[in-house]
Amino acid sequence: MTTTHQPATDLGHLLHKHPDRAQSFTTSSGVAHVFYPKATNEECTVALLLEVDPVALVRGPGSTLTQYVNDRPYAAGSLLTVALGSVFRTAMNGRSESYPELARTPIPLVVRIPALPHRLAKRLFTPLGWDVSIIGHGDSRYGDVTLTGTLKVSDALKHLYVLLPVLDGGKHYWVAADEVDKLLKAGDGWLAAHPDKELITTRYLARKRPLVLSALERLAEVDEVEPEELDNALAEPKISLAAQRKEAVIKALKQARAKRVLDLGCGGGALLRELVKEPEFTEIHGVDVSAKALREAARKLHLDRTSDRVRERITLRQSALTYADAELAGYDAAVLMEVVEHVDPSRLPALEHSVFAVAKPRTVLVTTPNVEYNPLFETLPEGQMRHSDHRFEWTRAEFREWAGGVAERRGYAVRHVPIGPEDAERGAPTQMAVFSSGEAN
Amino acid sequence: MELKIPDLCLVVLIGASGSGKSTFARKHFLPTQVLSSDYFRGLVSDDENDQSASAAAFDVLHYVASKRLEAGRVTVIDATNVQAPDRAKLVEVAKKANVLPVAIVLDMPTDVCLKRNAQRPDRDFGAHVVKRHRAALHRSLKFLGKEGFKRVHVLRSESEVDNATIVYERLLNDLKHEAGPFDVIGDVHGCRAELEELLVELGYSLVHDDEGRAVDALPPGNRKAVFVGDLVDRGPDTPGVLRLVMGMVAAGHALSVRGNHEEKLVRALRGHKVTVRHGLEKSLEQLAHEPEDFRRAAEKFCDSLIAHYVLDGGNLVVAHAGLPERYHGRASAKVRSFALYGDTTGETDEYGLPVRLPWANDYRGSAMVLYGHVLVPEAEWINNTMCLETGVVFGGKLTALRYPEKELVSVKAHEVWYENDRPLSTLAPQREPDVLALTDVTGLRRIETSLLGAVTIRAEQSASALEVMSRFAIDPHDLLYLPPTMAPTATSQRDDVLEHPSEAFAEYLAAGVREVICEEKHMGSRAVLLVRKEGGAIYTRTGRAFFDGALGDELLDRVRSACAGLFESFDTDWLLIDAELMPWNAKASGLIREQYAAVGAAAGAALPVAVGALESAAARGVDVADLLARTSQRAANASAYSAAYERYCWPVEGLEGVRIAPFQLLAVEGRTFHDRSHLWHLETLGRLEGPLFQQTRHLVVDTLDPAAGVRWWEELTEAGGEGMVVKPLANLGGRVQPGVKVRGREYLRIIYGPDYTEPTNLTRLRKRGLGRKRGLALREYALGIEALERVARGEPLWRVHECVFGVLALESEPVDPRL
Repeated sequence: MTTTHQPATDLGHLLHKHPDRAQSFTTSSGVAHVFYPKATNEECTVALLLEVDPVALVRGPGSTLTQYVNDRPYAAGSLLTVALGSVFRTAMNGRSESYPELARTPIPLVVRIPALPHRLAKRLFTPLGWDVSIIGHGDSRYGDVTLTGTLKVSDALKHLYVLLPVLDGGKHYWVAADEVDKLLKAGDGWLAAHPDKELITTRYLARKRPLVLSALERLAEVDEVEPEELDNALAEPKISLAAQRKEAVIKALKQARAKRVLDLGCGGGALLRELVKEPEFTEIHGVDVSAKALREAARKLHLDRTSDRVRERITLRQSALTYADAELAGYDAAVLMEVVEHVDPSRLPALEHSVFAVAKPRTVLVTTPNVEYNPLFETLPEGQMRHSDHRFEWTRAEFREWAGGVAERRGYAVRHVPIGPEDAERGAPTQMAVFSSGEAN
Repeated sequence: MELKIPDLCLVVLIGASGSGKSTFARKHFLPTQVLSSDYFRGLVSDDENDQSASAAAFDVLHYVASKRLEAGRVTVIDATNVQAPDRAKLVEVAKKANVLPVAIVLDMPTDVCLKRNAQRPDRDFGAHVVKRHRAALHRSLKFLGKEGFKRVHVLRSESEVDNATIVYERLLNDLKHEAGPFDVIGDVHGCRAELEELLVELGYSLVHDDEGRAVDALPPGNRKAVFVGDLVDRGPDTPGVLRLVMGMVAAGHALSVRGNHEEKLVRALRGHKVTVRHGLEKSLEQLAHEPEDFRRAAEKFCDSLIAHYVLDGGNLVVAHAGLPERYHGRASAKVRSFALYGDTTGETDEYGLPVRLPWANDYRGSAMVLYGHVLVPEAEWINNTMCLETGVVFGGKLTALRYPEKELVSVKAHEVWYENDRPLSTLAPQREPDVLALTDVTGLRRIETSLLGAVTIRAEQSASALEVMSRFAIDPHDLLYLPPTMAPTATSQRDDVLEHPSEAFAEYLAAGVREVICEEKHMGSRAVLLVRKEGGAIYTRTGRAFFDGALGDELLDRVRSACAGLFESFDTDWLLIDAELMPWNAKASGLIREQYAAVGAAAGAALPVAVGALESAAARGVDVADLLARTSQRAANASAYSAAYERYCWPVEGLEGVRIAPFQLLAVEGRTFHDRSHLWHLETLGRLEGPLFQQTRHLVVDTLDPAAGVRWWEELTEAGGEGMVVKPLANLGGRVQPGVKVRGREYLRIIYGPDYTEPTNLTRLRKRGLGRKRGLALREYALGIEALERVARGEPLWRVHECVFGVLALESEPVDPRL
């Protein structure tokens, strides 16, 4: 950080670090060194260099390789922020006993960060009064970023403290409840007015939803607006497609008079939570291949504190639809909501066998995206699928062909139901096939 | 007095309080075989005499009895059992486990019981209790057979009790002592001529009577024919078939189980009212021309047939309609009905034939099951079971399987003897091909391997693998093997390196291995190539396809055309090859961009600036000398790091630039090669020619004199090579590591980070623990070889998949990924 405010060496007073000495501080992220490459009356530059111990970065036997060889020791991110907050805490608070006036005065500053993920740098720093220039490093995410502006030193430090990890995105690890307090403290005086405050808040808190909401609520107070107003900004304006899908599925289950229901590929339990609300579903069996998803579903269903009567209706079990699972036999209906498109086409016959020959419920509901509708999603780039794990997305004709084949081979009748707003040409965004076996008709 | 009981049964002791049941049980059975109601009352209530705890006590007792019987263990119930409802529950438990219930009644005089009870302080209840027990017992005695007890022994005095001995009898279905070899013959259905022809084909000599009728067949050597039942009905000469088979069985040249057609024929011959159809009319008509005594003999023979046989120490089961493992060697109406009719649902199909469930799809037993009953176009293996009913009577063929050779022998029908109810052409395949069940892979598993014995897979390891396997892996039919992990050599104590070949050579020398082969380690991605004459797959260490769609097909095509010579010389339709696919970025481009390149870019951006700033400060006279030196070194390390990973990346456009280095021929049809020398493998695979293939440089080293090996490694790694793998030349398996890797100093920067060579870092990194990785390497190797052997033996897919899945499950174990 360089200033040309004269006498420039006063910077040392504001930072509480003497320009003629090199000092080292042990912080939780490594050893931070502060020294001055230049210190004249006209121009003074302070440098903060953090030495991270790469071997100590590793945590425990569950670590992935990416934790061992990684850019953390070199990139300006959360580790550097921790050092910054520790070494320049007083200066960041804007306190200076010897130079209180100067601490309150905006002075010309140039901040250079040689390895910073720079994609959002201009967008986030410019509204704060910085002029941002970037020299990229090849096709990497890093750039040599220079910020120029006339600001109070304390504000400059706060901006860096909050925005360095924000720019770094998901690459920083620590998020605890008190991060909300830290964010609000360092954001005092500027974050509430920042046009990208949601983005900053979300990324700073590593996209942890509950934390984000509480931080947003408190920001709303600062802004003196109702919390709902901010929350509304997050909620989708219309009834979401996911909700329409669940509604359509439940309607079809009720039509089929299903009581014992399988949710195959239940994931985090979005549909299970709706099924539980309907007492006519006396047995609800959620199945997923991911043990993590099942834990999430159990958490969201509050299985640990729900009443026995509700608890007894719900079963959660790990299973895979590419293996035959005799435990899935004997149910009235099975739902595969947005599941088949996550299965490789070569494995669909195995899924067909598990669902239609082994589980063999009276009714099977399958929903899947209608790829014809994709161009109508404004945010979806052309030719891209709706989810990175989708192995395919079918047209209506393709889905009908698959469903028709299954129905014929397995002795089911099938009808198709569109879900979501129907376009005259492209159909509805989601398509559902309702299979019913002989007895149900 | 001998009390005969089946060698698998539920023994129900019946007697009043004080009749000496516990003493009797102690004398004749193991303590663990005896379940006493007193003991279970104590178990649930802390008081053996607390009658209010009886209901709970019997719940537990029944549960334990069920578990024991399911496991095939003789179990004795020590309770009064004088009341019919109590016994009914026990009979139910026995039937559910398909074992026979037997009763041993201790009908002791009242005074004996009273005297015994008087000696026990905890039995101070009055004489009326004993009297009541005895009265109930006497009311029951003559109904015990009706209640379902297959044997009832009654002991009426103390001396009878004293002199009683228990004698175990084999069940009728137990022919485990018959070890074969056998010729198991499918449904004959009155086709005498074809049967005679088949027997001759199998090497039997027919014996004829004065009238020229075949009455016996002498087997070649010590072989024996085994008929799967349905000898009769539909065909042109049921009496002739019976005459021949009866002769063979009587002479000890054949065995036969009972088919559903024999069952019905017996009923018809006995004058029961049966619907005469499905070819029964033919038998009755033909038998009507036979003399009365032959009809009687035929009836007696058919009625004597047992519903299933367990042969050859339990390795072979023959039942007319097949039999699931839980019924092998068991006796109950349920077992019998399954053996005769199969797993019927009670429904009928559009041709009016009973709908049967495909029990063989779910069969996971180790015994081979041979059966008939269900018409199949060709006899084929389904999970170690085979149906031999190939419809000779409908104009198909009569089929036999030689056991243990597993050779099929068949003769064509001479004509269509009977029109099928269902046209032959509509015969659907009997199964979904090779259906894998969830229970084949989940939960705690112990997999028997030839190299290491049982390898245990924990439930949570299976659970993690399930997600990866079912979401990302290719079709299990093509996923016949997953390569094991490989441990690095023991950590070197030299100043400047973490790994050095000396430790590898020393390790093998210590294990008694003199000859090792050093193979150049190609820095790419491990690839398994399953090359079929049609189809196949090229997949990664976790079973994912390497290239999607057309690109994958094209690569496979190129490999296939190079394999033409190998297909021929091994006389096989498929080859399974272990290889390395290069360049590294062909698969790992995402990882390289996000991880390795990012480190290089960030370090390259930050460190030179830091060095510059420190130099300026130093020029001002600030003391930053140490920090400057360290930072300059880090900058140099970072450059070395970038150079290290960039070496293994090169541009790939489509398949241009892709190279494959094959180093082991894992298996071909019917054979594995893990016992061949590595030189043989490299030489054999060296025959794959073309720009796609890269040879693997190698050197054979004597572990007593390994200097040349060390030099070779030094040259290799100094020239930028990743390092080498050291393996026992003779390709040993088992307790010796199948190979260890010795990685180069510069290469390890990619793994341990740019600055790992700094002395303080090296010192700490040396404390790496290798034990877990080495254990995993051995177990995964054993599982991999087991998978290959099972493939080569033509075992069911689930048996192969179990091992492959096990490798993936073990890989989910958290191990330091830098090793």
